[in-house]
Amino acid sequence: MMVRMAATRDGYGDALLELGGNQRVVVLEADLGKSTKSLHFRKQFPQRTISCGIGEQNMFLVGAGLAASGYIPFASTFAIFTERGFEQMRNGIARPNLAVHVCGSHGGTHTGTDGSSAQSIEDLAIYRTLPNVTVLHPCDDVSTKILTKQLVHLNSPSYTRTARNKSPVLYDGREDEIEIGKGVIHRDGNDAAIIACGILVSEALQAAQELSLEGIEVTVIDMHTIKPLDEALVLDVAKKCGKIVTAEDHSIIGGLGGAVSEYLIENYPVPMKRIGVADRFGESGESEEMLNLLGLSAPFIAEAVRKLLNS
Amino acid sequence: MSSIAELEEVARKCRVRIVDMVYNAQAGHPGGSLSEIDILVALYGTTLRVDPKNPSWEDRDRFILSKGHASPGMYAILAEHGFIQEHDLTSYRVLGGKCQGHVDAKWCPGVDFSAGSLGMGLSFGMGSALAARLDGSQRQAYVMLGDGEIQEGSVWEAAMAAVHHELGNLNVILDCNGIQNDDFCDEQMRMFDIPKKWEAFGWNVKIIDGHNMSEILEGLEFLKNSNQKPNILIARTVKGKGVSYMENNPSFHGAAPNDEQYALAMKELGVA
Ligand SMILES: Cc1ncc(C[n+]2csc(CCOP(=O)(O)OP(=O)(O)O)c2C)c(N)n1
Ligand SMILES: [Mg+2]
Repeated sequence: MMVRMAATRDGYGDALLELGGNQRVVVLEADLGKSTKSLHFRKQFPQRTISCGIGEQNMFLVGAGLAASGYIPFASTFAIFTERGFEQMRNGIARPNLAVHVCGSHGGTHTGTDGSSAQSIEDLAIYRTLPNVTVLHPCDDVSTKILTKQLVHLNSPSYTRTARNKSPVLYDGREDEIEIGKGVIHRDGNDAAIIACGILVSEALQAAQELSLEGIEVTVIDMHTIKPLDEALVLDVAKKCGKIVTAEDHSIIGGLGGAVSEYLIENYPVPMKRIGVADRFGESGESEEMLNLLGLSAPFIAEAVRKLLNS
Repeated sequence: MSSIAELEEVARKCRVRIVDMVYNAQAGHPGGSLSEIDILVALYGTTLRVDPKNPSWEDRDRFILSKGHASPGMYAILAEHGFIQEHDLTSYRVLGGKCQGHVDAKWCPGVDFSAGSLGMGLSFGMGSALAARLDGSQRQAYVMLGDGEIQEGSVWEAAMAAVHHELGNLNVILDCNGIQNDDFCDEQMRMFDIPKKWEAFGWNVKIIDGHNMSEILEGLEFLKNSNQKPNILIARTVKGKGVSYMENNPSFHGAAPNDEQYALAMKELGVA
């Protein structure tokens, strides 16, 4: 079977376009609309598209002002450059709980040859520390589109990470299963559970297939919402499988692995391994090369499961 | 000191290297590399006190490519002066390569500032200039900024602070090619009278044609004035200069030529 490949940033662009009918939706750009894919909205709704130039800090607080006047702003730039506006996000958006929706595209090391300055591997961690902020990191274009469209009903701020490069589409025909705050089970097994997000969901599925040939059956979960974490689902699989691997194209510090382990350590401690970038910066390389260099691809996930089972 | 004709020939060779790098990688930023290169050639060829044999010489002048995406331009001139070898240029955007996608001091000798995030280099340059003064050294700091880049607020924090601290040893070269990532600057964020803005902040300002070698040399001479104000050369340039279809074309901010376009570029740049 041919797997459809698509980039999550395209799902974001499609969602904005469909949201355009809502007169309260406004789009903010910081000279990266071609890249984050807000350009489609700009073409269709130029009056409601606001260019902020290369000025991310200003863009965030312009969003806050719009939100406080009843608009629903979607502001996007590269994930890494959203980080420049972190304090604006903290004090100007999260603290007053204004529904500004930030999208950081080109997230993670998967973004590739631009190199370490462009590879955000801390975005999920930092935004997760902010009260009121929902943090999303979808794995395919279908779920990105649906989750982005759901954001308009959220009366609080959000951060969504998308990716530059294509990855396998997993939700064609499964659109109904996607809901902010609800992890999705993609494969069932009792020996261990892999909880993944973003680009690594399909890597986790590949790892599961590989393990199955060895008689090891694992559950695979797409945890597209990092915050609020689907704690009920985490608890369920912890009880059922007893062993958990998390997988993300992000630092092992503070992201999905951090969220899952923080929850489990106080509620149902089980042996765990976190697949992620091991406290280092990336470098220039193709997406696949980066996943291999940093130990994030399917073979590394499978190996982490084996190690857990043997320990 | 090289003659103008010699500098122009170096610039031509550097343009070939730039197009080669971006073509080989099938990615990267040719436009802003081609607009800055004549200035880099003059700066390295006549003014900058650096030593390729000892790239981390403590008392060297500092050059900060703040618009770090225009790295092919910098790699081209670093190869010309022997900081890196000609064959290192094939490592542009390649795993483990000296020539990372954005200039990175950790990977490439001769790079003073790891860039890639716009709006950071002027502050770093100010720190370098302050350090020179504390050391009692005459060394200079040169910072290359893009015209889209100066939309970042942090640039103006540094522009104000450098005047407050009377840093006459801090020098900016602004590559005014009129284009940023998505489009022409005038579509994204009109900046109106750029020279007036810097003058109002208290800088010594000179406007030059960034592709006219004798004007560039005059400009570099202007930077040597010894009053207490920081200096800026505002260089009027053409994005993509030297390759017809890239010139003044926003699509070649961050795109590589295909085979046919590559052949045409080589022809235009005098490669048989
Ligand atoms: C803080 C930050 N925001 C956004 C970007 C993405 N980006 C890379 S190059 C560029 C346009 C830069 O335009 P300009 O400074 O005029 O450079 P040039 O025309 O010389 O290439 C943008 C927006 C970035 N590198 N850093
Ligand atoms: Mg420009």
